[in-house]
Amino acid sequence: MQASAKTAKLANASAPSTRAARGGFTTLYRKELADHFHSARFKLLFVLLTLTSLAALYGALGSLADSTSSEYIFLSMYTTSGSSIPSFASFLAYLTPLVGLALGFDAINRERSQGTLNRLVSQPIHRDAVINAKFLAGSTVILMMIFFVGILAGALGLVAIGVPPTGEELLRLFSYLLLTSFYTMLWLGISILCSVLCKHAATSALIVIALWIYLTVFASMVASVIANLCYPLEGMQGYFNTLNNYQLQLSLERTSPYYLYSEAATTLLNPDVRFIGFTTTDALSGALAGYLSFEQSVLLVWPHLTCMVALFLLSFTVSYIVFMRQEIRA
Amino acid sequence: MAKTIIEVNGLTKRYGAVTAVDNLTLSVQQGEVFGLLGPNGAGKTTTTLMLLGLTEPTEGNASILGVDCTRDPLQVKRRVGYLPDNMGFYPDMTGRENLRMTGRMNGLSGELLEARIDELLGRMGMQEAADRRAGTYSKGMKQRLGIADILVKDPDVLIMDEPTNGVDPEGMRELMSLIRELAEKDGRTILISSHQLHQIQQICDRVGIFVHGKLVACGEICELGRQIQIENGYSFEVDAQPGGEALVQALREMDCVAEAELSEGLAVARASEDVRGQVARRLMESGFTVTHLRQRGGDLDEIYARYFEKAGENDAGKRENGKAGQRKRA
Repeated sequence: MQASAKTAKLANASAPSTRAARGGFTTLYRKELADHFHSARFKLLFVLLTLTSLAALYGALGSLADSTSSEYIFLSMYTTSGSSIPSFASFLAYLTPLVGLALGFDAINRERSQGTLNRLVSQPIHRDAVINAKFLAGSTVILMMIFFVGILAGALGLVAIGVPPTGEELLRLFSYLLLTSFYTMLWLGISILCSVLCKHAATSALIVIALWIYLTVFASMVASVIANLCYPLEGMQGYFNTLNNYQLQLSLERTSPYYLYSEAATTLLNPDVRFIGFTTTDALSGALAGYLSFEQSVLLVWPHLTCMVALFLLSFTVSYIVFMRQEIRA
Repeated sequence: MAKTIIEVNGLTKRYGAVTAVDNLTLSVQQGEVFGLLGPNGAGKTTTTLMLLGLTEPTEGNASILGVDCTRDPLQVKRRVGYLPDNMGFYPDMTGRENLRMTGRMNGLSGELLEARIDELLGRMGMQEAADRRAGTYSKGMKQRLGIADILVKDPDVLIMDEPTNGVDPEGMRELMSLIRELAEKDGRTILISSHQLHQIQQICDRVGIFVHGKLVACGEICELGRQIQIENGYSFEVDAQPGGEALVQALREMDCVAEAELSEGLAVARASEDVRGQVARRLMESGFTVTHLRQRGGDLDEIYARYFEKAGENDAGKRENGKAGQRKRA
């Protein structure tokens, strides 16, 4: 009896450590996903996103009925705003950060305050399994949400307008949704970072909400104030300063992920956006009116995409390092 | 033959200028219950964290079952169950689900895991509460679930940080007999860190007294008592008819008594050796009726207070005495 128990224990102990460690990650990942799906917060966000995208679609369909132009009618469902309702794309640009924030702001500090973190780290799992599972589960939920509302809006719109999308339109839509997911994940990363750094969930929620509002609403105002201070537009000198002023303002605004995302999203969804940023009339003279191909649009926003992914990875890396070096105690 | 399970060698942990644990050397044998005693902030938790590889020691090393705690914490955590102070559970999961998650992280699954969970829940007397959400549990139930939780992995060594915190007297008795049983029946090695002396006194084979990161005394309780008597002399409580000042006066006049004073209605006499017989006889001769004569110093409270004094910890000693006094009054 005792001998068999001993051998069982031995077999248990000699199980390859990698398998056990991966088992820890899978367990945690599943638990995190289940947590998200059961939480009232997730349901609320899901309903919010679905309702706003339906409202935006309704507005867009109203406007589209009156318009006569555009070859890309399927895509314009996403970018056209109704008489009083913003477009699908601008709704998402405002709301997706909220999704990322809400899913992550208490990821680590709640575990800490409810005393489950020290229970987790005393199990035979690698410590990074905890934070990896949180990032991955959050990202999974975000991908599912964004693609759900995007495809739902497309499907309903398709029924309403009856014009099937071309392959290029689908490609553009897909890359737009992917971009939106990355943008949301970036906010998830920022909020998880705050949850690692702050002891209290309320503090980290406040910080990320403040950051969200600043970057979405106030960053462009601040950018224009700074640009006007550096290159005043008054008087004779103003004419010479126009270019510098605009360039400075643009580069300042591009430090905000919101602006980067908006530029990239617009370019991906509108094939007739031919350039972003500053162009002179000279450069445009003699240009033929036409649409950009998908590859060219992607090429135009590639730096934006790279920057977004890099920011996400940066926030992940910093949270990872800080979390790994933190001392976990009761 | 007793085998050394926990071996600590010159373990030191410094936080900046503060030394939390100072050159700790300690060994615990198989099947032994070892009590690590000390006031709050003495470095007990830091020591347990280092034993689990959750904190890196500044100097020295520790090993459990021959595995280095800093180098290979995963291997250590596989064989060691750690019950942290204020251990928490996921409030939205039932007790059973919480245990299942721990089991999965330890590489257990399927029927083996379910059978073990059932067995442990039965052993802790928690079958009725097993399928209730852990958020509804009382403190005592959480503590029992915590013990079930660390037993899921069937560990050879248990480390418990303040296991008696917040448990009512009835629960305390059960907990104590359970801990004793775990050591005696299952042959597990148990390290308990606590500042509650009375419980520890009942169940520990050996204790170590920990003040300001230093182990000031280590050994069996009666052995520590003897040590104190050798260093500080013997002290007795005497009560007699008539008592009070007259009694103290009579005691002072005896040449075998070094000093005598009145404390809480009892006369306390100090002597360099065991003079109880002599004192009783002399008192009878002087017309006193002895109603109470007891040697002091055998119990842990005294030992504890003494060692704090010795370590220059008068403040902490007084604080602990105050606590002990309050407990007695309550």
